[in-house]
Amino acid sequence: MRDAVNIKVAGFGGQGVMMFGQILAYSATKDNINGLWFPSYGPETRGGTANCSVIVSEKQINSPVFKNANHLVIFNSPSLDKFRNNVAPEGLILYNSSLISCEVTEEDRLCVGVPINDIALELGNAKVANMVMMGAYLQLTKLFSDETIHAIIKKILGERKADLLDVNFKALEAGKDFIKKQGIVYA
Amino acid sequence: MAKVLMKGNEAIALAAIKGGVDAFYGYPITPQNEVPEYLSKHLIDAGKVFLQAESEVSAINMVYGAAGAGKRVMTSSSSPGIALKQEGISYIAAAELPCLIVSVMRGGPGLGGIQPSQADYYQATRGGGNGDYNLIVYAPESIQETIDTVKGAFDTADYYRNPVLVLVDGLIGQMMESVDFDRPTKKRDLKPKDWATTGTRNHPGRRNVANSLHLDPALLEQHNIHLQKKYKEIAENETQYEMINMENPDYVIVAYGTMARIARTAIEMLQEKGIKVGMIRPITIWPYPEKAFDAIPATTKGILCCELSMGQMLDDVLIANNGRHKVGFFGRAGGMVPDPEEIVDAIVNFTQRVVK
Repeated sequence: MRDAVNIKVAGFGGQGVMMFGQILAYSATKDNINGLWFPSYGPETRGGTANCSVIVSEKQINSPVFKNANHLVIFNSPSLDKFRNNVAPEGLILYNSSLISCEVTEEDRLCVGVPINDIALELGNAKVANMVMMGAYLQLTKLFSDETIHAIIKKILGERKADLLDVNFKALEAGKDFIKKQGIVYA
Repeated sequence: MAKVLMKGNEAIALAAIKGGVDAFYGYPITPQNEVPEYLSKHLIDAGKVFLQAESEVSAINMVYGAAGAGKRVMTSSSSPGIALKQEGISYIAAAELPCLIVSVMRGGPGLGGIQPSQADYYQATRGGGNGDYNLIVYAPESIQETIDTVKGAFDTADYYRNPVLVLVDGLIGQMMESVDFDRPTKKRDLKPKDWATTGTRNHPGRRNVANSLHLDPALLEQHNIHLQKKYKEIAENETQYEMINMENPDYVIVAYGTMARIARTAIEMLQEKGIKVGMIRPITIWPYPEKAFDAIPATTKGILCCELSMGQMLDDVLIANNGRHKVGFFGRAGGMVPDPEEIVDAIVNFTQRVVK
């Protein structure tokens, strides 16, 4: 599974899109494999969409840019329209069904909607929606262990925001549980 | 040390600290701002000098002065900022002072844009400043290689008493990768800096002068002959390149920096199509690895030069090829970065790419 996975993460600025991508790259580094992350700034971000590219690989990472993602993680509707045609066969499209109401389908791609905003609100903190997405993502892809992800989140929050650790971990679990309850298996 | 995930620009800054930088002088410009940002905290914490000058011209002249005093000194900037520094760079090269200049390229010409580019190849290798001078120019392809290069750059600069330029595109500056800061650098036998302008204590009655003005033409010619001798020695000893997949390739790609990494993936894709493609990847672009081109077999159908520019290294490829093979060009500009698929297409349709 870890033979060069190309991941595109996209959404509105402020939804935790960049952080989502960075956590994956940090996790790869912690697991002693290779991680690469780069943000997209510039003209294409006008209108409020932000996106980043991540590559996780056991081998040396060659091209930092890719045409088609193996995993597309989508936080809002404009990002879905922009990137849904750039997913590799047998790829995963994981999307925020709180903001994308119609069901997404693409031939030969697994499309999974998770109501991350609703789940985060139930947990009492709208800001952890991206960690709900992370939980769902990891449950599907099995890319990194709980131990790795917990250590990275702990490091990112630091001592200053240590009080937020608990709700972030709960958000991860809630995302995982949502996928488990649906009985969806990907990797 | 275990690997860490780090942004390219911050990695350049930390590598410079590990390479022993004493002072940084610069002026902000995107996409290299994290270099001075990181150094503004960590250099001052370490009791060294960090100074944000009032302009690029001031910054490079501060580099000139501090280098003259024998300190390990650096500056960094991006395309239009490097353009402003050219006068000072020529002076430093003329005065034979060691320093490190980091250039994080963005789209041009003029103010251009802030997205990745390789359109400053001429600026780096042909000299934006006046006179017969050369910088030692490294063009690494990854953050890891950039770290290794920057860490060793002060030793290289000191050894040859020559400015070293590390040239990367904005993508290397802005992306994050898993990197190791503890890889060894080349050991060099460095002599004491008895030329430094540090007063008369070490040589009573005589003071050193750092200068680029020689009004006597005969002496200036001798100085030029001396410089050329040094550049020849650098070309013989410091040329670096990588050869990839060079056993009987159908085509050979020549690319550096980010474009070389994109080409690596394109080469794998072409392999799946049954097209064998090799690559010459210059690591130093001055001195240029002309000899590498001798390894291209006569049966190879063509050479494709790939750049994030409209064709600048292409000149060096044509010189090195010396009419032996057909040469084609593929380039994107202005901050556009191609997918590997675009290079695959350029090889498949090579005949449409031929320039000479």
